[in-house]
Amino acid sequence: MFDVAVIGGGVVGAMVLRELSRYKLNICLLEAEDDVCMGQSKANSGIVHAGFDAAEGTNKARFNVLGNRMMKAVCKELGVKYKNNGSLVVAFNAEQVETLKALKRRGEANGVEGLEILGKEELLALEPNVSDNAVGALFARTGGIVCPYNLTIAAIGNAMDNGADLKRNFKVVKVEKINAHYKVFSENGECVETRLVINSAGINSGEISKLAGDNYAVHARRGEYILLDKTAGNLTNATLFFTPTKMGKGILVSPTVDGNLILGPTAEEIVGNDTDTTAEGLAAITDKASEMIKNVPFGETITSFSGVRAYNDKHDFIIEESKNNKGFIELIGIESPGLTAAPAIGKYVVEELVAKRLKLEEKTDFNPYRKPDYFFGELSSEEKNEIIKRDGSYGKIVCRCEKITEGEIISAIRENPKAASLDAVKRRTRAGMGRCQGGFCQPYIVEILARELGKELTEITKCGAGSEILEGKTK
Amino acid sequence: MKDNYGVVVIGGGAAGPATAIKAYDCGEKSVLIIERDEQLGGILNQCIHNGFGLTRFKESLTGPEYADRFIKELEKRNIEVMTETTVLSLSADKKITAINSQCGVFTIFAKSVVLAMGCRERSRGALNIPGSRPAGIFSAGAAQKFVNIKGFLPGKNVVILGSGDIGLIMARRMTLEGAKVKAVCEIMPYSSGLTRNIVQCLDDFGIPLYLSHTITKIEGKERVTGVVVSKVDENKKPISGTEIHIGCDTVLFSVGLIPENELSKEAGVELSPGTKGAVVDQYRETSVKGIFACGNVLQVHDLVDFVSEEAEIAGKSAAEYSLSGEKIKNYIATRGGSGISYVLPQKIDVNTEEDISLYFRVRLTIRNARVNLKCGENIIATYKKPILVPSEMQKVKLSATALNNISGELSVELEGDKQ
Repeated sequence: MFDVAVIGGGVVGAMVLRELSRYKLNICLLEAEDDVCMGQSKANSGIVHAGFDAAEGTNKARFNVLGNRMMKAVCKELGVKYKNNGSLVVAFNAEQVETLKALKRRGEANGVEGLEILGKEELLALEPNVSDNAVGALFARTGGIVCPYNLTIAAIGNAMDNGADLKRNFKVVKVEKINAHYKVFSENGECVETRLVINSAGINSGEISKLAGDNYAVHARRGEYILLDKTAGNLTNATLFFTPTKMGKGILVSPTVDGNLILGPTAEEIVGNDTDTTAEGLAAITDKASEMIKNVPFGETITSFSGVRAYNDKHDFIIEESKNNKGFIELIGIESPGLTAAPAIGKYVVEELVAKRLKLEEKTDFNPYRKPDYFFGELSSEEKNEIIKRDGSYGKIVCRCEKITEGEIISAIRENPKAASLDAVKRRTRAGMGRCQGGFCQPYIVEILARELGKELTEITKCGAGSEILEGKTK
Repeated sequence: MKDNYGVVVIGGGAAGPATAIKAYDCGEKSVLIIERDEQLGGILNQCIHNGFGLTRFKESLTGPEYADRFIKELEKRNIEVMTETTVLSLSADKKITAINSQCGVFTIFAKSVVLAMGCRERSRGALNIPGSRPAGIFSAGAAQKFVNIKGFLPGKNVVILGSGDIGLIMARRMTLEGAKVKAVCEIMPYSSGLTRNIVQCLDDFGIPLYLSHTITKIEGKERVTGVVVSKVDENKKPISGTEIHIGCDTVLFSVGLIPENELSKEAGVELSPGTKGAVVDQYRETSVKGIFACGNVLQVHDLVDFVSEEAEIAGKSAAEYSLSGEKIKNYIATRGGSGISYVLPQKIDVNTEEDISLYFRVRLTIRNARVNLKCGENIIATYKKPILVPSEMQKVKLSATALNNISGELSVELEGDKQ
């Protein structure tokens, strides 16, 4: 019997799981896919929002500001790249300047520190590539960037290192309440018994809530992105937003924490989990980005992708225990700024909601640091040589664009949560994320995976069953 | 470990070994090749088809055989080779930082450096092709590596985007391995591959080539299930209503090669927008003194024979620089006239006693062409060519005597019947 089962290995589930792993509890994560971080947490803007967008008093505002304050320390413990690059909301006319003032007042009411309205000259001095049509900006010094999938994977890995259990390919199809506990069944007929359930299933959280007899409507929106090479990553230092309208925040232009330039997202209502990109969406991003910033080198595009975001009709986070089911905690509609809010949501859920139902006793041996808590490529030559002396595989570059070594790939396959596919290796190490998009390293990584997992090359997948990379042996 | 060399060649693919051999034969006995793969030869190792060496050796060799000719020559000389070693950085003062399993991260200093890193394939991502991102999408080169080196077939029903040579070769190769190649799509109204490859790789196997067509959508969740192919207009924009659906489990991309100049940029080497490689003179010296470039990192070649020729020029120059230092040069610029995408070298030292070759590419097919080398209004030389095609690099020779009399920009101009 588990004390707590968390459904859904996105960033919210990951942060809840990690907080739970501080205590003497028997906990597990139920993940529908072959790997964790397969939904909205793997494909979003990676922004650590300052907290001026959401209205005062909302869960969004509260957890955004709290999460923003926690993010740096959490990333340090987990060995995840984070940068406090600041955010700029850019105005293109006088009316938008008024909106900026309102945003500043709202941010201050929410507790955001260091907000400042900049005039055109100050803005261009800070970001010389911003369009000459800009007239001013709201500067949010506490805005930042983080790698969303590294954060999610590292938090789950850290929780696992501290005793959490991970069940992959566990697609929840039935929940039974039995007196004081729950039976959670997977599509494959497996069953997990648990005292508490936490529903952090992202776009599927509405469906999961229905299984327990609740009824939360969850809708999905798709956001498409274009990613440019690191050669374009210094076009802007801060994250650039358009002034929000009734239609939402619109697209942004930002460096990523790994040094690329990200443009997007679009916002389209969709049904289900459709992450196709579209010609219209990509064209819209190109047009809008060109309005924001001068001379975007679109020729340096290395990929385009899209992600989904779950939202509810209130457009606020639902973070509560089900009214019908004691011990069933619903985390629903965690759209933007969910990534920023996640560490604070994790802490709140455990310390306030879980604590109401279970006695929390801290472990004495909880280790907040994830293994490895560094990026090999960021180490000094001396530090690298120490590692290479112990393990020569760290001296062999496999991904030439991102300069990722065989040692890092092997570590991703061996460390929690273990990578078992090409995409899983990519999300953990960045191998294949560079300008050649895996053209050179893919055959090597497939071999390393086969060797480490004791499988045939033909069994290696891109992202789980059905996505086998190779058809068979040649004649 | 030695940390000082006369000539260091970065890259041991098609160009690197020929460069090193030439540098050594020109008197520089301290030569090192740094290669990231396990063996020398680069992409030639996976090009098991023949047709290599027709110009240089007057015989048709396979890629590995062609590479082997140079590796055998290399082994006769006291040239150092470091394999499985990746160069991490290069500075303008020719300090090289590299990494491998034996030495870790280490630094070496060179008097001359030759850039011979080759190129990479443009990926699906660079083209913003809409749709899903399932398994079954490969660059033609990655597919070639799986088939020819690893012995595995990437898929059974294939659509290829791009009619570059690697794509054409892979259309044949996959067919021979039992796959069905359903279409090769080319966004341009002409193929960017060699004519002989169109005939031998597509026509001989009945594989349809769709010119002025591109993939406008990729479908499939876990694995590719099909693509939508559309006809494009003269601006390469898809024409609505022309969509064809083709079921397939594999899509190969052969949509162009990009010289891998990340190290060159780091060293401050000036790049040419035309070639996407370094701006060089006829000695293949870049804008940074003592740094030379050759092979596909300098300009994308269609024939390896020309790579070897260029590698030898760079090798000789690198040895001269390491042994005797800087030459005094008197440069004129070169320029391509209308219909020419680039001319290499981009600048010429007219203080020379050696004849030179000018390389260029045309944008359109031209029949009954006259290529005029002009300086101002003066025609320096004229060459007649029955046909010039975009897929084939052109070469014309100019004598040292003619060069000595030029002052001012040298322009390559075309006349003929444009198609």
